[in-house]
Amino acid sequence: MNLVEEVLNEHHLEEKTVVDVVVRFAGDSGDGMQMSGANFTQATALYGNDLSTFPDFPAEIRAPVGSTFGVSSFQIYFGAEDVTTCGDAIDVLVAMNPAALTTNIHNLIDGGMIIVDSGSFSDKNLRKAKYETNPLEDGSLDAYRVLDIDISHHVLAAVESYGLGHKDALRCKNMWALGLVMWLFDRDRTATIESLRKKFAKKTAVADANIAALNAGHAYAETVELPAGIHVYKVPKARLAAGEYRNITGTEALAWGLLAGAELADIDMLFASYPITPATNVLHELSGKRDFRVNTFQAEDEIAAVGAAIGASFAGSLGVTSSSGPGIALKAEGIALAAAAELPLVVANTQRGGPSTGLPTKTEQSDLLMSMYGRHGDTPMPVIAACTPGDCFELAIEAVRLATQYMTPVMLLTDGYLANAAEPWKIPDVDKFEAFPVKHYDNPVGFMPSMRDERTLARVWAKPGTPGMEHRIGGIERSHETGNISYDPDNHQKMTDLRKAKIEGIAKEIPLQEVILGNESGKVAVVGWGSTFGAIHQAVKRIRKEGLDVSHIHIRYISPLPRNLGELLAGFDKVLIPEMNTGQLIRLIRAEFLIDAEGLSKVSGQPFKIGEVIAAIHEEFAKLEQTS
Amino acid sequence: MNNLIATLTPKDFATDQEVRWCPGCGDYAILKTIQKLMPTLGRPKENQVFVSGIGCSSRFPYYMNTFGFHSIHGRAPTIATGVKLANPELDVWVVTGDGDGFSIGGNHMLHVLRRNVDMQILLFNNEIYGLTKGQYSPTSKQGSKSPSSPQGSLDNPLIPAVVALGAGASYVARSIDTEANHLSEVIRRGYSHKGAAFIEILQNCPIYNDGNFAQVKDKKAAGDFRVELEHGKPIIFGKEKNKGICLNTQDLQLEVVELGGDISQADLLVHNENNKTQAQMLSAMSGPDFPVAVGVIYREDKSGYVEDVQVQLEQIRSGGKASLKRLLHSGHTWTAG
Repeated sequence: MNLVEEVLNEHHLEEKTVVDVVVRFAGDSGDGMQMSGANFTQATALYGNDLSTFPDFPAEIRAPVGSTFGVSSFQIYFGAEDVTTCGDAIDVLVAMNPAALTTNIHNLIDGGMIIVDSGSFSDKNLRKAKYETNPLEDGSLDAYRVLDIDISHHVLAAVESYGLGHKDALRCKNMWALGLVMWLFDRDRTATIESLRKKFAKKTAVADANIAALNAGHAYAETVELPAGIHVYKVPKARLAAGEYRNITGTEALAWGLLAGAELADIDMLFASYPITPATNVLHELSGKRDFRVNTFQAEDEIAAVGAAIGASFAGSLGVTSSSGPGIALKAEGIALAAAAELPLVVANTQRGGPSTGLPTKTEQSDLLMSMYGRHGDTPMPVIAACTPGDCFELAIEAVRLATQYMTPVMLLTDGYLANAAEPWKIPDVDKFEAFPVKHYDNPVGFMPSMRDERTLARVWAKPGTPGMEHRIGGIERSHETGNISYDPDNHQKMTDLRKAKIEGIAKEIPLQEVILGNESGKVAVVGWGSTFGAIHQAVKRIRKEGLDVSHIHIRYISPLPRNLGELLAGFDKVLIPEMNTGQLIRLIRAEFLIDAEGLSKVSGQPFKIGEVIAAIHEEFAKLEQTS
Repeated sequence: MNNLIATLTPKDFATDQEVRWCPGCGDYAILKTIQKLMPTLGRPKENQVFVSGIGCSSRFPYYMNTFGFHSIHGRAPTIATGVKLANPELDVWVVTGDGDGFSIGGNHMLHVLRRNVDMQILLFNNEIYGLTKGQYSPTSKQGSKSPSSPQGSLDNPLIPAVVALGAGASYVARSIDTEANHLSEVIRRGYSHKGAAFIEILQNCPIYNDGNFAQVKDKKAAGDFRVELEHGKPIIFGKEKNKGICLNTQDLQLEVVELGGDISQADLLVHNENNKTQAQMLSAMSGPDFPVAVGVIYREDKSGYVEDVQVQLEQIRSGGKASLKRLLHSGHTWTAG
């Protein structure tokens, strides 16, 4: 199906109290936009709005100043009702230079607000952004509320007394702009001030200057007479379920979920990884958490990372490795070894745009079929996919559980969007999680490495250092009976069937597929997996308000699929599968259930917009009408 | 347990698996030597872990009644590193070949050596690919005729011990498959060494490269073609013990000299296994101009990666058990409802 967008009829800035707002901070990659965004997010969460964020940055660390490809931005959607996407269109755009303006203005709603640093609109910067005339002067921004302030000038004045050099002083611009936006939405600056003090603990002058800039931006907005239509907006608090909340990114949730998994399995973990965008931060996060039952190992390459993880599992710890698409491809041989040797292994894949280096900092869901089938031989393994940043926590635990209970490699899929996006997360009570302690086998009487659990078909896990457990394993096919090398034809058939049955058998113990929203059967089911959750959810919710019979089904267990899924999908006249790839889950669903599902594909490196999913659902209903 | 260890015999380290190397393969001799050595190390056999990659030599773990992991091509050092990190109490051995260790797995070899991960790396160097039927390997002499180089190989070979030293190895030794006592001794010293012990074993492949090391191995001729290094002793070789190695200090090159005349033992280079510069020159010696050096070429006491990791972890964890609950509630949180 073609990707079409229905523009949502939302005019957020018309009233003084608004239900929800999308703000985007955009500037040079060295302008500190991610920091402004992160701090605004923190303040917004503490204020009590629901929110979702979308950091979007170039692969280049410091792209040439003023260039369009060097624009880094941070989008936050926050509001009084449940927010599950980063927003279709921007209400307030903070553009620190002409390049940031030109690359983002097409996504600004009519009547939206633009806050620009006019000090950066020099002839040189305008040329770099390919502006022939200055948009601040040629009337091209007349449809918007423009607040053009010489932020550079104001910042220099605000931080003058701290003795920073010109360049360092100008780097406080992001905080000045943040101060202004905080005034606009009545946010408290305390948390930001605290984190600035912490971040620049050893550079007091820099901390002071940044705080001064933050306060100056706020004070400016408070005292200066602003153009009509620009005032403080009130965004009422969201009605979140009762409990204690925090902000969490998918990366943090994944890392912390692994820590929780290790505790619940009562096992030490070796996290072996090699830096790759956008997966690297999991390694960073866990490297700082080695006071838990995790040790981290930065290997010499992706293959060494999976090798070390497998070695750790052989020795009785749990090996975990993480990467993104190209790195997962390199690990494929190792993953198959873990499958052949029947050792636990968790592989976390933070997917990015491909093929090859592709779009390292952008999101995509195009590694699903690789996760399912991208290995030599018949090598089935469980594949699970997190659907929100917070869900990464739960599924990381689940990956640890499946790996250790079934003695198998497990693929845990997230993506660049989930990794970097933040959302308010109701902090779970970890004491209530069911433990699944690992019991290493240690009874030498009649021991053979081929012994397995009747229920799970998991092979015994006997670790070196245990008397009487000496045994050899490896990648060569092993005898079903003894675990010794076997080239026997019947044995290979048996072992291949067994590996398949073991993974398929997991379906007996995973939750049944639920319908997230809508009826258990009916006209249209929108079936998603992974980070498309938010957009699908909002689209289905809005279309249901139109009175149409549409349901949202989101699959977290992809291999094996939930055992009731086929029956569930058969209950709908139409099944629509939006994916950030050219159609991968749809192939699985069609092949598995012989359902004539329809796909919706998007591979622009950007998440789905709600309006895009809405348009596709409407098209499904139109087709249904034609046929009836 | 100590009594049990004391009564272990080489037989206890043999498995019930039929050994499947070709008749006459040098691997048999190495296996026997190691099975004999094992009971003398004074460690329980459940603490021994043999990890291998792919190739003839990599079948080794199947024949050792210890823990064993026959893994994938070239990656044994990575798996062994994971084993050792997970349980530093284990004795970890890597068994690899010239193709496994220096072709497909060359990268890992560099890194396991530079990290100085405490393990013994036994490199069976037969200068040929055996299991894939006789192609030239990264250690094959230039001009080697093989199924994939019918006109002779063009690649320059590498010398494993030289590369190991270049990678920062802290223990580098060389021995010969059939020289059981010598081999056993360099392995034993490697075992006692803290850190990665790299032991290159010249090993005959009777099928695809038979007699490759004939001169070095031949009981009668070997004296002229190999030199046995001993720490603190002048480097003497030759059937008649009449030749030696000395250092030409003018151009910093080693020279083969004949003893007698104006040259006495005092003029010869004295082997100092702690001298890296000397080790680099000695390990690079090869025929026809030089004898091949065997013995412990280099040894250096330096801290190993796994040991350092343990120190760091102990420091980090000295504050007691970390609380997941505290982590989840750390930083900015707020209450709704």
